Amino acid sequence: MSIETWITTEPIDTGRVLSATGSPADGAILLFLGIVRRENGGREITGMRYDAYGSMAERVLREIAGEAANTYGATHVAAVHRTGDLAIGDVSVAVAVSTPHRADAFTAGRWVIDELKRRLPVWKKEHYMDGSRWLDGSSPPVPETSP
Amino acid sequence: MRVRVLLFALYRDLAGAPEIEIEVPAGSTARDAVRVVRGRGPSFERLPDQPALAVNEVYANLETVLSEGDEVALIPPVAGG
Repeated sequence: MSIETWITTEPIDTGRVLSATGSPADGAILLFLGIVRRENGGREITGMRYDAYGSMAERVLREIAGEAANTYGATHVAAVHRTGDLAIGDVSVAVAVSTPHRADAFTAGRWVIDELKRRLPVWKKEHYMDGSRWLDGSSPPVPETSP
Repeated sequence: MRVRVLLFALYRDLAGAPEIEIEVPAGSTARDAVRVVRGRGPSFERLPDQPALAVNEVYANLETVLSEGDEVALIPPVAGG
């Protein structure tokens, strides 16, 4: 099993994400790319700013990738999130998984992107022609009681 | 004891600062730290009084007891992807 995750302000090298996965044991590789869309809720977006708690985001992304490998039998998981100022069409997040059988690749890949949206300490601010706004997000999974 | 408090995204904009150092009594909880931060001035008072937070890069709740040198981050609702 191998895990490769990173947070970067540079354009995401999707080739590197893809090539971090796959081995003779695998029958499937799945690559998911999230890209910045031109419109949200009927408003035209001119650009997107991503902010992150970088060191914690690295840690959480690595945890998510490790859990995907353990839970869904992925042999390789690679995940990367970009931060900073992005333009429409830029890749903001990439996830690649490889598994012996294809069904697990879809399940694992879907789980990683969903989980990342639920708990990665990353925020996005949409820019419009006439202003900007931090997007409403999900409440992070804070433990109920003290450790 | 000294604690470092980090602010991100909306909370950074509200407070007008990316981080502050605060002094709290030994045995203080994260809730106590938030109270001290919000008492720093009108802009800090705009922060929520019960935010989600992380202590030393791990999600924690408001009852978490802090130690000297801890890094407490106030975490707005997350929106990666």
